[in-house]
Amino acid sequence: MRALKQHQGVVAPMDRSNVDTDMIIPKQFLKSIKRTGFGPNLFDELRYMDEGKPDQDCSTRPINPDFVLNQDRYKNASVLLARRNFGCGSSREHAPWALEDFGFRVIIAPSFADIFYNNCFKNGLLPIVLPEEIVDRLFREVEQSEGYQLAVDLEARTVTTPSGETFTFEVDDFRRHCLLNGLDDIGVTLEDAELIRSYEDSRRKTAPWLFGAEG
Amino acid sequence: MAGKTLYDKLWDDHLVKQRDDGSALIYIDRQLLHEVTSPQAFEGLRLAGRKPWRIDANIATPDHNVPTTDRDRGVEGIVDPVSRIQVETLDKNCDEFGILEFKIKDQRQGIVHVIGPEQGATLPGMSIVCGDSHTSTHGAFGCLAHGIGTSEVEHVLATQCLVQQKMKNMLVKVNGKLGPGVTGKDVVLAIIGKIGTAGGTGHAIEFGGEAIQGLSMEGRMTICNMSIEAGARVGMVAVDDTTIEYVRNRPFGPKGGQWDAAVEYWRTLHSDSDAVFDKVVELEGSEIQPQVSWGTSPEMVAGIDGKVPDPEQEADPIKREGIVRALKYMGLQPNMAITDIKLDRVFIGSCTNSRIEDLREAAAVVKGRKVSPILKQAMVVPGSGLVKAQAEQEGLDKIFIEAGLEWRDPGCSMCLAMNADKLGQGEHCASTSNRNFEGRQGFGGRTHLVSPAMAAAAAVTGHFVDVRELMN
Repeated sequence: MRALKQHQGVVAPMDRSNVDTDMIIPKQFLKSIKRTGFGPNLFDELRYMDEGKPDQDCSTRPINPDFVLNQDRYKNASVLLARRNFGCGSSREHAPWALEDFGFRVIIAPSFADIFYNNCFKNGLLPIVLPEEIVDRLFREVEQSEGYQLAVDLEARTVTTPSGETFTFEVDDFRRHCLLNGLDDIGVTLEDAELIRSYEDSRRKTAPWLFGAEG
Repeated sequence: MAGKTLYDKLWDDHLVKQRDDGSALIYIDRQLLHEVTSPQAFEGLRLAGRKPWRIDANIATPDHNVPTTDRDRGVEGIVDPVSRIQVETLDKNCDEFGILEFKIKDQRQGIVHVIGPEQGATLPGMSIVCGDSHTSTHGAFGCLAHGIGTSEVEHVLATQCLVQQKMKNMLVKVNGKLGPGVTGKDVVLAIIGKIGTAGGTGHAIEFGGEAIQGLSMEGRMTICNMSIEAGARVGMVAVDDTTIEYVRNRPFGPKGGQWDAAVEYWRTLHSDSDAVFDKVVELEGSEIQPQVSWGTSPEMVAGIDGKVPDPEQEADPIKREGIVRALKYMGLQPNMAITDIKLDRVFIGSCTNSRIEDLREAAAVVKGRKVSPILKQAMVVPGSGLVKAQAEQEGLDKIFIEAGLEWRDPGCSMCLAMNADKLGQGEHCASTSNRNFEGRQGFGGRTHLVSPAMAAAAAVTGHFVDVRELMN
């Protein structure tokens, strides 16, 4: 996994609440057996006027000029500003894969859905929760200033605006540690292999039906 | 010290390690695998040179991509080559790693969340994961069941553990009895309507109260299934006689002397009377009407006697904007009666509502009636090959076919339209599935979430109608 310590980038505003993972990446693209290549189909139904198909050349498709990521000023955005309950619905990790593949590294919202929030950290993508009134203000500032950028420091847990104003955010230590160092958390868990085995040994004694019962 | 909640007990029984940073390793008793969210996990194992930690803890089946017709052709019957590759990849991965799979032609194949309980692969007190957000279904058995992402599927394959932060405890209590024609689906839609799609975020929800205790396991599964639509990864119901009777004699359940020991343990799986919840929500069962969703989020629901809301009446600007957007997408006008919504298709199926009881309820409504000529299609997709066989044994298939509904083979089907079953642009569908998101059932499709009985009533009238008017 790609580490993330600091990041500064152009902010794109996604001004709607309850953005679900079906919207982030529609189901037809879930048929891929790869982890990469989902970027061109990020927000497919909002971004294009036609129905997208897997393995299609998206460069010739009719685009929706009103959609935020189709506007020139946001094309190179790497920070997504969003509303309440972003990433709700399906557990599909294809959603963070698509966001990451498009070029996003940071998502800022007043709240995230649990599974999506967790999936982001596994893919070098940092979801940041900020209070609604601050998110509201950021929406206004982005709108008013073309090329608006935010700087994020995961070590310090801060988001800094172009005027130098800084907001701190909460993130739990384990997720932060893994993302700062680009760690594979399977490797971290396997350091406790002996503990897992001893748990299994004791559980096998108290609940033997959980082990090896075959139909 | 206060007593423990059911969630506390399940957490403690699966805790391998509590880390200083607040994260914990939770042992996973069962992982269910399907073709959509597992290929990258198996590939990850291979790339890292890792083996599954405990092969017998995993059970797989293809469900999302499978066609619901021509199933005797097996994988060859999957017309879309991309879908076929995904199902073949699951077969190959399970063969390579020695994982039990109910393949496409196996009668035990079905939607993962139907076959787990049906096989006794879901047992009370287990921790269960699957790369699917509706894994919360299994919590109906007093399980700790989480939907997870693909990286976590790989993590569980490799370590048999999940890294978790303990969630908060939430109790949703449904008091009293439900009225006739009101089902588990109506209860859970009413709950989501009340608490919102983020009402359970960060919480494990326990559903309790007389109305929940009075439900069958099928009804409880429907409720737990849609916990995620209220934002909660985990939904649970305490173990009681109903649970234990359902589990008895299932193929993967405990046998002989182990059965009694298991039941003794399972009887402890309820919240203590002095347990404290971080959040409590109560509903009166007798006040719950049959529900219909009108919008593009599961919280956008109304009773059958209700109206489509008027955004002008909504004070919260973000919610108002959401209603305006939803009404535009759904092609509905403010203040129109729910019963005036005309339909194009009806879908009875999905991990929410495709079990035998769901099919019985739908069949009871359509029996002796005909599908409205207004509809382009009404289809019934049983949740598994065994549900299908049971329904056929009871003659339900004949009732559906005589009424003009299509009787299909098992799979996820039009719930998310990854196979050939989908809505056309602008079409309205009465659906027993779980999500009414934009495009969920097909590009431009318009989904209305309802119970199987309400879907059946809509099928014979062509619009929404109070199913109670058609009963008896």
